[in-house]
Amino acid sequence: MSDAGTAVGGRHYVPPEAGGPALRVWTWLRRNLFNSLANTVLTLAVVVFLAMVVPPVIGWAVTNATISGATKAACGPDGACWTFVRMRLPTFIFGRYPPGEYWRIFTALALMVLLAWPVVSERARHRWVFVALLLVAFPMIAGVLLAGGVFGLRPVDTNAWGGLMLDVIVCFVTVAGSLPLGVLLALGRRSTLPVIRTLSVGFIELWRGVPLLTVLFLSAVIVPLFLPEGVSIDRLLRAMAALILFNAAYMAEVVRGGLQGVPEGQEEAAYTLGLSWWKAEFLIVLPQALRLVVPAIVNTVVDLFKDTTLITIIGLSDLLGAVEQALKDPSWLGLAKEGYMFAAFVFFVCCFAMSSYGRSVEKRLARAH
Amino acid sequence: MVRRPSKRARAGQWVLLAGVLLAGWWLASLAGASLARRHAPFGFGFLADGANFDIPFRLVPWEVGDTYGRALLVCVLNTLLVSAISIVAATLLGLLVGIMRLSSNWLIRNLALWFIEAIRNTPQLVQLFFFYVAVLQTLPSPRNSIPLGGGALLNIRGLYLPTAAAGARGAVLWPLALLALISTPFLWRTTRFSGGRGVPFGPKALLLPVLALVLFAAGIGEISLPQLQGFNIAGGVQVPPELVALSVGLSLYAAAFIAEIVRASILSVHRGQREAALSLGLTPGQVLAKVVLPQALRVMIPPLTSQYMNIIKSSSLGAAIAYPELFQIFAGTVLQQSGRELECMLLLMAVFLSINLSTSVFMNWYNRRVALTTR
Repeated sequence: MSDAGTAVGGRHYVPPEAGGPALRVWTWLRRNLFNSLANTVLTLAVVVFLAMVVPPVIGWAVTNATISGATKAACGPDGACWTFVRMRLPTFIFGRYPPGEYWRIFTALALMVLLAWPVVSERARHRWVFVALLLVAFPMIAGVLLAGGVFGLRPVDTNAWGGLMLDVIVCFVTVAGSLPLGVLLALGRRSTLPVIRTLSVGFIELWRGVPLLTVLFLSAVIVPLFLPEGVSIDRLLRAMAALILFNAAYMAEVVRGGLQGVPEGQEEAAYTLGLSWWKAEFLIVLPQALRLVVPAIVNTVVDLFKDTTLITIIGLSDLLGAVEQALKDPSWLGLAKEGYMFAAFVFFVCCFAMSSYGRSVEKRLARAH
Repeated sequence: MVRRPSKRARAGQWVLLAGVLLAGWWLASLAGASLARRHAPFGFGFLADGANFDIPFRLVPWEVGDTYGRALLVCVLNTLLVSAISIVAATLLGLLVGIMRLSSNWLIRNLALWFIEAIRNTPQLVQLFFFYVAVLQTLPSPRNSIPLGGGALLNIRGLYLPTAAAGARGAVLWPLALLALISTPFLWRTTRFSGGRGVPFGPKALLLPVLALVLFAAGIGEISLPQLQGFNIAGGVQVPPELVALSVGLSLYAAAFIAEIVRASILSVHRGQREAALSLGLTPGQVLAKVVLPQALRVMIPPLTSQYMNIIKSSSLGAAIAYPELFQIFAGTVLQQSGRELECMLLLMAVFLSINLSTSVFMNWYNRRVALTTR
């Protein structure tokens, strides 16, 4: 390996060379880690930093950790106690849903995957049919399946719903409700009718200006005040309604971005062909606009999924709430690190998968244009 | 406007408005009925009543028995404090990580990538609980405080920072130091005449902050270092663990998003700009500071604004770890003590809306100032 690099932009350009694997590794290292004095210093600093941080973390989380046993006594003093997570896993995932009825959750999940597959796969036909089925029919079927009370299914109170399952349900219902509402609001914001435009802008900016927590509190504390005496609405339903309204404002802004990305000529052409406003928007403009913003919608869904943890604060027991409760158990005290690490890990896996999908769609769109 | 809306559509919007007003009136009458059951008329007069609770952390004096109105002031200041700390920290960290993300060094680039992915894909509330419960509450007692350098101490009761009190000269020198700091950006833009041409002072104006630091140091009468006395720490100033956890949580979360904004805006600067600057003989550092970043800044500001507003809104998560900010006190203690649910929630929404609106107005003004004027 010669030092005949040419200076390009203050960095040494190392020309590609043929050679054995050892030489290729050496070339890669020179180009990516040691291509200048400053980079060499930085690389060494990062290596020292990682050498100081990584081994203790691995030691705590893997080498010295315990997962077997059934009580805290099984855990060693200087390793993670995954036994706690293992013993509490059903509560973390399903809340207090009766174990004998878990098959209903799995059936709903299987149905969801079955319907979602044609929606997300690259070469799908009739994609819109499956989107409609997933957003309209599926929530009803899953709702009946999970709540029970009909068709001989044992009724399960929503108070027993919890854990990760509750996060997924809340997120799904919110998306299904806020997407159509967001589309209407986005169209309203671009409308030439002054009243419609003002109402839409007011609605969107009101929700976007206040924290999600206030909205959830409104649903938990204020909505019961408004109800006539003797009427009560399920706490979970109220929270989901609040989330739908709140999230619709964000969806509306995302969709508006898509609407702005469709050339005006499309709308003009539609009108020239004699289409009405509704037909022009829903058959010509929106299908193109929504396709453009699929990655942005996925990002909004990821944000929403993370934000479903806030329902813990109004007393619903989602994954984070279940972890919080488990941490207060006197026989498992002092395991906060393990509990929160597990919650973070589960969310990371779900959100990372979703955002990776969003990025792949983004690449596909970039290629298509 | 592509097409004039039809007569039917124009009539229809008034029907919609009537529907919305009717729904509003119906909700108001329902609320009126329930407020009547409450035996307390709707109104904000209760803000003048005495509040029977303590606010453990405050920037202005507060005593049990002060009015709810004063509690509002204390809480707004607490919210603004944590938001301001987090906005500054998140911007600096985000800028650093965003630039790291574009480094030619594989290790640096991927370190930044994994920081961003880990933060962005986990809920903010989980992070907050982790910092507060799993990290700060397992810190050692004051006896075994962790020294952080510069006299700062960290223990289970919070972060202790040294403070400086003004000496006799401080009364004159400290305002001068403040003046020097404030005038720095103005001097930066001021042009001086050199060789018959107006040349802006630019980076030479950075001498002023240095001067400010010297003036500040000269004005110090005594420094109070936090030290162990008996079982507790005396001296210095105590930052409660709630504030530390909330600031760290808000800043790290926003920093990951800001880093992506910084990266995207740097990439949006045309390659030719960088190449031209390099061919003029500027060093990579100069290219970044003088050519790329100033142009990237223009693209950055609108998305940055919405991140800042997110920080302000997310500061309400302080309620989950008992940091006495607006939401924690007014949706919690005040709401329960006064029984004024509707008034408290309306007040909260109004305050958050106005803080966010002011931020947005200020950032839009700044955006217009730095935007390219195309003719």
